[in-house]
Amino acid sequence: MIQSKILEELVDRWLTKVATLVAIFITFRGHNAPGGGFAGGLILGAAFVLQYLAGQQPTIRRRPILRPERLLGAGLLLALSTTIAPLLVGGSPLESYIWTMTLPQIGKIKVVSSMFFDFGVFFVVVAVVLMVLSFLGIRGGAITNESAGGNS
Amino acid sequence: MFFIAVVAHFAVAALALIGLRRRPVIAAGIGLVVLAGTALAITAEGIGATSAPRKTIEWLPLLGFNFTFQVDGFAVVMGMLVSILGFGVLAYSIAYFEHDATFTRFVGLFMAFAGSMTGLVLAEDLFTMFIFWELTSVWSFLLIGLHDKSEAARRSAVRALLTTGAGGLCMLVGIGLLQIQFGTTSFEQLGNIAPTGTIASVAASLLLVGAFTKSAQFPFHFWLPGAMAAPTPVSAYLHSATMVKAGIVLLARTAPIFGDSGVWRWWVVLAGVATMLLGGWRALRETDAKLVLAHSTVSQLGLLTVLFGIGSPYATYAGVAHLVAHAIFKAGLFLGVGVIDHELGTRDVSKIGSARRVVPISVAAIGACLLSMAGIIPLFGFATKEKAIVALLDAEYGLAGPVALWGVVAGSVLSVAYSVRLLHALVRTPDDSAAHHEHHESSALMRSTLAAPVVVAAVVSLGFGFAASTVGSWLVSPSSALDVKAVSKLALWPGINDALLISLVVIAIGAVIGWKAPLESKTAQQPRGERVFDVVYDSTIAGAKRVTAVVQPGSLPIYVGVALLLISLAPLSSMFVDGVSPLSALTSGTALEASVSVIAIVLAIGVAVLQSRFTGAMFLGGVGYAIAALFALRGAPDLAVTQLLVETLTIVVFLLALRVMTRTTTRPISRFPQVTRIFIAATLGIAIPLFVLAVRGARTAPSASQEYLARSVDEAGGRNVVNVILVDFRGFDTMGEIVVLAIAALGVANLVRAAEMHRRGSVSAKKVA
Repeated sequence: MIQSKILEELVDRWLTKVATLVAIFITFRGHNAPGGGFAGGLILGAAFVLQYLAGQQPTIRRRPILRPERLLGAGLLLALSTTIAPLLVGGSPLESYIWTMTLPQIGKIKVVSSMFFDFGVFFVVVAVVLMVLSFLGIRGGAITNESAGGNS
Repeated sequence: MFFIAVVAHFAVAALALIGLRRRPVIAAGIGLVVLAGTALAITAEGIGATSAPRKTIEWLPLLGFNFTFQVDGFAVVMGMLVSILGFGVLAYSIAYFEHDATFTRFVGLFMAFAGSMTGLVLAEDLFTMFIFWELTSVWSFLLIGLHDKSEAARRSAVRALLTTGAGGLCMLVGIGLLQIQFGTTSFEQLGNIAPTGTIASVAASLLLVGAFTKSAQFPFHFWLPGAMAAPTPVSAYLHSATMVKAGIVLLARTAPIFGDSGVWRWWVVLAGVATMLLGGWRALRETDAKLVLAHSTVSQLGLLTVLFGIGSPYATYAGVAHLVAHAIFKAGLFLGVGVIDHELGTRDVSKIGSARRVVPISVAAIGACLLSMAGIIPLFGFATKEKAIVALLDAEYGLAGPVALWGVVAGSVLSVAYSVRLLHALVRTPDDSAAHHEHHESSALMRSTLAAPVVVAAVVSLGFGFAASTVGSWLVSPSSALDVKAVSKLALWPGINDALLISLVVIAIGAVIGWKAPLESKTAQQPRGERVFDVVYDSTIAGAKRVTAVVQPGSLPIYVGVALLLISLAPLSSMFVDGVSPLSALTSGTALEASVSVIAIVLAIGVAVLQSRFTGAMFLGGVGYAIAALFALRGAPDLAVTQLLVETLTIVVFLLALRVMTRTTTRPISRFPQVTRIFIAATLGIAIPLFVLAVRGARTAPSASQEYLARSVDEAGGRNVVNVILVDFRGFDTMGEIVVLAIAALGVANLVRAAEMHRRGSVSAKKVA
């Protein structure tokens, strides 16, 4: 495992933040340009993988993420509620609604309801990466080391 | 109104099972109110109405599946039977279950059953009837197995459920055929269409199978005696008075529709007569009074099947009359035997003679019911059986008419005989060895609650007998609801005619046989029907186990091998059939694409050949990156980005997993030799590219992408069609995929947790050692 302090600092201070921004950007632009929740989620996931490879637990603002299962459930719920929400207003499941609004200083923006579905996908993907890291990585590693016993 | 009454049954059931678990008697009290209210509602709305009130609840209108209820004359009489008998039986059960903890469950299931049965008799179309039909099967299953600690009760419950359930499935197929062929399942509309042809015959036969299983007709009669494992109120209500009549109701409703098709009449006549004779014969030999009644029910159901199925208007009228008569006297008999059982602790026909000292009134009432069952004047059973014989004397259906008539006559001899045998058992002085049962100290109130329904049944049997002509006029409306021509009347004294002479001979022969019939049986073996069922059942389970052992051996190489082989063979076979030339679709690529492809191929070969797992994983990642490059070169940036990211993360996950594995691949130790593996891999490697090429060349419909491109911005507000497909056009697929992802993550988590627990277990075991 990489134990370089510099790399650790680099990953922690810069890479995670940049990756988070990029992931969110990619997720948002997905509707009109290459990207989307899946790719965005994978990018943030890759950032956590780098943190892990740098010898840390995946953290957000230096706080370790303890229960990725919750994020998984939240993502699924978000996607599911976007799927069924149109039924409440008499539409068909997953039907898209488009709102256009004008914000001061920023200008005209367009919000599409399927964006929230994409956020759900984003959270699920991030959560899956985190769970694999947490269980197969950290806890799985603990098992391996213990079972390896004195060999390592 | 009547519909609210049906719903109220289920509300009470839920209340009894959830809210009033500790106060079942209160729940039963509410149930009594609902049952009485249902009887009132049905009578108030059904009797005297110029046209039958109807209620339709749309369920799947596009498929033509709706719940339709109608309160016509027949529905009124059946609904009243269900509600009034339900009232009596539920009141009786309050005393019967006085010291029994299962009463809570009984009340809930009982009310649910009563509601379902009411829905069934009010159903105006086959589909509605089927839903309630299956519900009654389920409640019956749960009620037979009420004493769930008894192995025998559980087995009987399973037999009953599987038999009636299989019949129900046949019925469903029949209903489906009718719906597809004639576009309706409504009794009225089917009657107007008068279906003919092969499909109609097949559908009718399937409906008959359903009716025969439910009403315990030969050869499905065996489950009903087994169902006697249930407590007495259940037997009296479900398995003699109401649920087993469901098949008869179906016959009654469909006989006017299919009665003249060739197969129908012979089926019902043969099955009905065989059931009458078989049930009657076995009733003569049983020693348990309850089983005698069960077999007599089977026999009487055979008679009803003949009467309703044969399709003659008079027989239909006689059927309605006898159905009412049977429901009354048989409920009284079951409840009466329950009283004896409650007091004496035995139902053995050689011992119940002492009952007349303990419960004389109940025994007298049982006697009256027995006389009604035997068809002795002046009881109601005499008038109805007389009518049946008259109707069958008049029936002219070639050979089927005489077969039905003489079958019913022979069956009547047996029914007189088993009735007389039970009478004999009640009046003779038993051996004093019959020890007095140490019964619970029941209060006088409880004892009279137990006796009351029996006495009421006897009084009604007698009263209806004397008032036969009045009762007969009430029954005109029910039977003419089934068949417009079925208008007739009943009489206590019909005058001297052929039918009366036949009856006298029947009673004389039957009485002699019954009085002479031994009360002790020598052989006690399991009925043949049950044995056949058990053999079929056990061999099905055993066969399933063998099949499972073959197809689920638990070997990962075999699973993967079979799956991959199928994946490669299916496309190959389709190309073989359609004869598409795969190479026609080969398009040229650039030199850059070609070189990336070569890299991918070399890396892929490396993965297969390399011994080191680590290097293999790296090479596999390389293949993925090469594919991503191809995506990018062919103008699919979304795919390329996603592939790149997934590939990266996959390698990491691979490496995480590799830590717990050996460093190099070992020689496979499995039933799969290397040659087989190579063969499977090669087949897949050849089949999939060929198939992809063939698919490209085989397009006949316009590409979906044009449509997606056109709709993307307007309908989904996105210019990136790939993403719009993911989150909108094919959003359901994505939903499914993220669920799969989530399940995979949870799987990983649980595998690791299991490994941790396993380790902890072995560590602590070591510490102990």
